[in-house]
Amino acid sequence: MFRDSGHLIRPAVVLLLGLGIFLAIRAAVVPKGFGKYGHYRPQALALIRSKPISFAGQDMCLMCHDDQGKARAAGKHAHVACEACHGPLADHANDPAAHKPVLPDVANLCRRCHEKDAAKPKGFPQVVTAEHSGGVLCNGCHQPHNPHL
Amino acid sequence: MIPGVDGFMYPNEVELQWSLLIVLYPYITGLVAGAFILASLERVFKVDAVRPTYRLALLTALSFLLVAPLPLQLHLGHPERSFEMYLTPHTASAMAMFGFVYLWYLTVVLLLEIWLEFRAEIVYLAQTTKGLRRVIYRALTLGSMNVSPEARRLDDKVGYIVTVIGIPSAFMLHGYVGFIFGSIKANPWWSTPLMPIVFLFSAMVSGIAAVLLLYVASMKVKKMAVDMRCVDTIAKYLFYTFCIDFTLEMLDLVHRTYESDESFRSLDFMVHTRLFFSQVVLQIFLGTLVPLCLLAANQLWRFTEKARRAMYVTACSLTMIGIFAMRWNVVIGGQLFSKSFLGYTTYKMAFATREGLLPAIALMLLPFAIFFVLVYLLPPWQEPEHVSAPAGD
Ligand code: HEC
Ligand code: HEC
Ligand code: HEC
Ligand code: HEC
Repeated sequence: MFRDSGHLIRPAVVLLLGLGIFLAIRAAVVPKGFGKYGHYRPQALALIRSKPISFAGQDMCLMCHDDQGKARAAGKHAHVACEACHGPLADHANDPAAHKPVLPDVANLCRRCHEKDAAKPKGFPQVVTAEHSGGVLCNGCHQPHNPHL
Repeated sequence: MIPGVDGFMYPNEVELQWSLLIVLYPYITGLVAGAFILASLERVFKVDAVRPTYRLALLTALSFLLVAPLPLQLHLGHPERSFEMYLTPHTASAMAMFGFVYLWYLTVVLLLEIWLEFRAEIVYLAQTTKGLRRVIYRALTLGSMNVSPEARRLDDKVGYIVTVIGIPSAFMLHGYVGFIFGSIKANPWWSTPLMPIVFLFSAMVSGIAAVLLLYVASMKVKKMAVDMRCVDTIAKYLFYTFCIDFTLEMLDLVHRTYESDESFRSLDFMVHTRLFFSQVVLQIFLGTLVPLCLLAANQLWRFTEKARRAMYVTACSLTMIGIFAMRWNVVIGGQLFSKSFLGYTTYKMAFATREGLLPAIALMLLPFAIFFVLVYLLPPWQEPEHVSAPAGD
């Protein structure tokens, strides 16, 4: 009986061998503790934490730039974070003397949020910038920190 | 405003994310499942007439199965990452679990069944060929030269069991593809529980048609006689499956029309404009009604052999085009309208880009190249006399 069924063992052996190799590779390459917190490797958390911080957060900015903070709080940009316009400035906040920020490029900055687009909520203030400003820079009329005229 | 866009589109809808390659993917897996189901007809349901295409169907299924993941990998990029799907399985993702369905189907079902079926030839060729071919065949024997009648009887038994397991596996393989589309609740064109079943039956239709065409073409190339009893039977089965498939698709259509939910006007508009050619002309008229009439005529009247052959080949070729159009209409059609139901975009197909027409054509030709190699290695034409199956049992 076995004499004639012996050949059937062979594909089974091949399959098991494949499975064994796969499991060996898996054991070797899957990071330790994978899936502990979710579908990712737990070491990723430490790795991400070790990255340099680029945003300071507006609380930091307000400590030194009270004027702009007050101006902003009085206007419609009260809820727009400093770094949404100025870009990440952690380096500057840590050491203002060594890192002097570049001022935003107004010609493109305001458009990014206020250009007319049918997909934006109706209540959001938006203008067709070319028609609205007539080519003058936005801060020629609006104050960036308090956009009221 | 934006070229190619009518009305209102959300920004993320303007450009289609799922390209021509994603059309190919269900098309190719469909051919696999269809070809395999035809092969299992012979095996499990003992339809003797289709015996001449049994091995051909198995090899067809394998050729297409090997190519099936390539469109996905080309579409996503980073093919090396697809291996991670096995290393760290994501059980909540249907797309990730498909890797396992695929692997199961490839190794446990298809390769095993082909090995069992062709073992006699492999052993014979390992003993009679020379050089590199001998090495290949020797490796394929897995080290066993035992083709005694008793051993072959066992092969047949095990092959039967594998086929029985294989049928639900083939259903899963393609039902899954339909499931992926059917479960996208944000898209009314796709989101219907009928989707997996419609995909399954259209898969069977396209697979059966493909095997019939490959069989007739192979016989022509090999200058062998076409077994008309076999072709007639296949055409009969094609007709039956096609009827079911067509009924299901019409059911879907009637249901949508009657229900007329908020998406209906938009979808209806699309079918009358952007999808008119691919849906109404190609899929429904040329790809379904004409072949159905040709096949039905053959069930009603008796034609000469030559006429029958011509009718079958025409019907099957149109069917292949029709099913391709169906995949196109599902995948591309489902992305042409806005979720706001107020706007429509267009699909611009590139040519020599990663997801363009050129790689798509190459991917469609690749299975035939593989088929050619497989047929060369494992000639499926007839069971040679010297190793013919045992008569003793
Ligand atoms: C430690 C105090 C401090 C903090 C915190 C700080 N700054 Fe400053 N910032 C300064 C000083 C001092 C200057 C003036 C440097 C100079 O003129 O050379 C300056 C200059 C600037 C300028 C350039 C002004 C110009 O005229 O060119 C900008 C813009 C600016 N800060 C934005 C920010 C933002 C945004 C933050 C929060 C992320 C921030 N700062 C946080 C102290 C600070
Ligand atoms: C809506 C975008 C926007 C926001 C929000 C914003 N700024 Fe500015 N800020 C600007 C622009 C634009 C300029 C440059 C004006 C110019 O070039 O005349 C500027 C200039 C500055 C300057 C240079 C001195 C000046 O007043 O011209 C400082 C300092 C500054 N911002 C700090 C801040 C701080 C701190 C905050 C957060 C409280 C903040 N900004 C929030 C757009 C913004
Ligand atoms: C990061 C996005 C952002 C940028 C950049 C930005 N704004 Fe604004 N802006 C806002 C938001 C948010 C509001 C408040 C909208 C509201 O009240 O609903 C606003 C309000 C305004 C208003 C008040 C409209 C009203 O109804 O009174 C004006 C004017 C304005 N911005 C001008 C500007 C100008 C000029 C600039 C360029 C210096 C600019 N904004 C850059 C987000 C932005
Ligand atoms: C010539 C002066 C001028 C310039 C330059 C200008 N604005 Fe204005 N903007 C105004 C005035 C005046 C209003 C108030 C109009 C009103 O309330 O109807 C206004 C209103 C707005 C509003 C509020 C619209 C609303 O519907 O509430 C936004 C947003 C705005 N401007 C953005 C910009 C942006 C962005 C630029 C730069 C491209 C810019 N403005 C340049 C004068 C100007």
